[in-house]
Amino acid sequence: MILAILDHHHGAIQSASLEMLTAARGLAETLGIELEAVAIGEGAEACVETAVSYGASTVHLIEHDQLDRYAPEAWARSVAQLSEDSSPEAILGVGTERGNEVMAHLAAVMDAPLAANCMEITPGDETYFVTRVRWGGSLLEEANLSGDPKLLTVAAHVLSAAPADSPPAANTSIFSPELDEKAFRVRVKELVKPETDKVSLTDAKIIIGGGRGVGSSEGFEPLEELAALTGGAIGCSRAVTNHGWRPHADQIGQTGGRVAPDLYIACGISGAIQHMAGCKGSKVILAINTDPDASILGKANYAVIGDLHEVIPAISEALRNS
Amino acid sequence: MDVLVCIKRVPAPGSKIILTDDELMINTKNLGFAISPHEECAVEEAVQIKETHGGETTVLTLGADVSIEQLRGALAMGIDNAVLLETDGQDWEPIPTANAILKSIADQKENGRIFDAYLFGNESADSGGYQVGVRIAHALDIPCVTGIKSIELADGKAIAKREAIGGGWEIYEVDLPAVFTVKEGINLPRYPSLPGRMRAKKKPIETSTPEVVGGGLEKVRLKSPVEQGSDVEILGHGTEAAEKVAELIREMGLFS
Repeated sequence: MILAILDHHHGAIQSASLEMLTAARGLAETLGIELEAVAIGEGAEACVETAVSYGASTVHLIEHDQLDRYAPEAWARSVAQLSEDSSPEAILGVGTERGNEVMAHLAAVMDAPLAANCMEITPGDETYFVTRVRWGGSLLEEANLSGDPKLLTVAAHVLSAAPADSPPAANTSIFSPELDEKAFRVRVKELVKPETDKVSLTDAKIIIGGGRGVGSSEGFEPLEELAALTGGAIGCSRAVTNHGWRPHADQIGQTGGRVAPDLYIACGISGAIQHMAGCKGSKVILAINTDPDASILGKANYAVIGDLHEVIPAISEALRNS
Repeated sequence: MDVLVCIKRVPAPGSKIILTDDELMINTKNLGFAISPHEECAVEEAVQIKETHGGETTVLTLGADVSIEQLRGALAMGIDNAVLLETDGQDWEPIPTANAILKSIADQKENGRIFDAYLFGNESADSGGYQVGVRIAHALDIPCVTGIKSIELADGKAIAKREAIGGGWEIYEVDLPAVFTVKEGINLPRYPSLPGRMRAKKKPIETSTPEVVGGGLEKVRLKSPVEQGSDVEILGHGTEAAEKVAELIREMGLFS
């Protein structure tokens, strides 16, 4: 059996979880074994239907009165206990912050190796041959992963997600782990809502990203205007935060946030691989750049050759006039 | 408040990565090096903790002798002691890395150096294993908060913040000692002063040669991803393209 740990936000299953489920199903089919999923935390039961449609024959719901709030070690110990009973062949997590964190705890609890952010998984006799993402996607590593079970996470926004052709009948199973106080020594004590009601980078359908070419903090004003008009969010490159033009929370890239909007408008961004690592999950990328040879043009679907300080206000104007 | 901060020497962010002929390493001939970005912020945080609470700070790295450059960089920022776990420069897997650091922590404890906080980067820029800090917390049987963007220490406790999914903050409170993995943005690392750099040059580097203990994730080779060059459609030049962009935004249902 392959066990897939779902990442969800109050029951809303993340797209990276669907990509992971797709990879996990492929692995289970290769091995001719079942795929099962596990969901933990508030809203877990809302994940069942989706997980089944992606091929999970059983969805385990972890029940414990202290597991409503996120507690990485307790999550990992719950999965470890669950897998004692069911002896999975491999346990897959999602290559998100939480997914990687829970799997790191699980690997430490099981004293087993962990391959983070895999994009290809080929099972062998003793080991799995995996290709994992390094350098935020600018370098790949092929490696042999040992361990029983095999522990790995699936890189987010690299593989595509597809539901199962013939999903199994829904089957849920409740599992109550035994967890001592120590398992909860790291647990969300309090959740602070975002200060403003601005759209978050993770939720935005359209993101206007600004790079070095924006030139200054004030240079972002037309970008803000377009974001406000389209209900979008502002992102930026590392060069921008290094200059202090935008807060680090807006940074997209290897050391910033990973985003996957419908449309990413990259303004004055050269397209360094570290930045693209954060935005390549976008459905459509539109680049606005004065340099027709900028590397971002090789990674964009659409481009406008021109000065963002003129083009962006003109786009807002065109939208207002429509 | 005594702090250990663990760092890694990596090619400077933004570098073009070229592989060696055997595809096992990065060709470093023409590369500049730096402290991995999250860890540079961890060094700054350690120095700030010392400035606020007093105590002693130690920086540790596992790597070839050239990593002394990054240790001196951390010393120049204001760290007190530097520990080099010297290797032959090969990539070390997460488990042996964690084991070597644990051995050093035990050795330092024997010499009377006991830490209240252990700072790591959330993940190293180059290998991105996401696990060394967590493994060390488990081995030491202490809490670990990952991906922190702020930390406050008082009365043997720490309050750490990390970004929540969908915006806002998750607040954690843990007892010390504890492990924290730091994310870029927690602070803006200082540029070392000239006197700081002069002092750093004279400081001793405590060097030992660790053994590889454990494994299970054996590298076969590195490869560069196939560049998926997209066929870009040029919508136009300058403001004349604005109408087409507006049309695209409307067609995608992003403006109504």
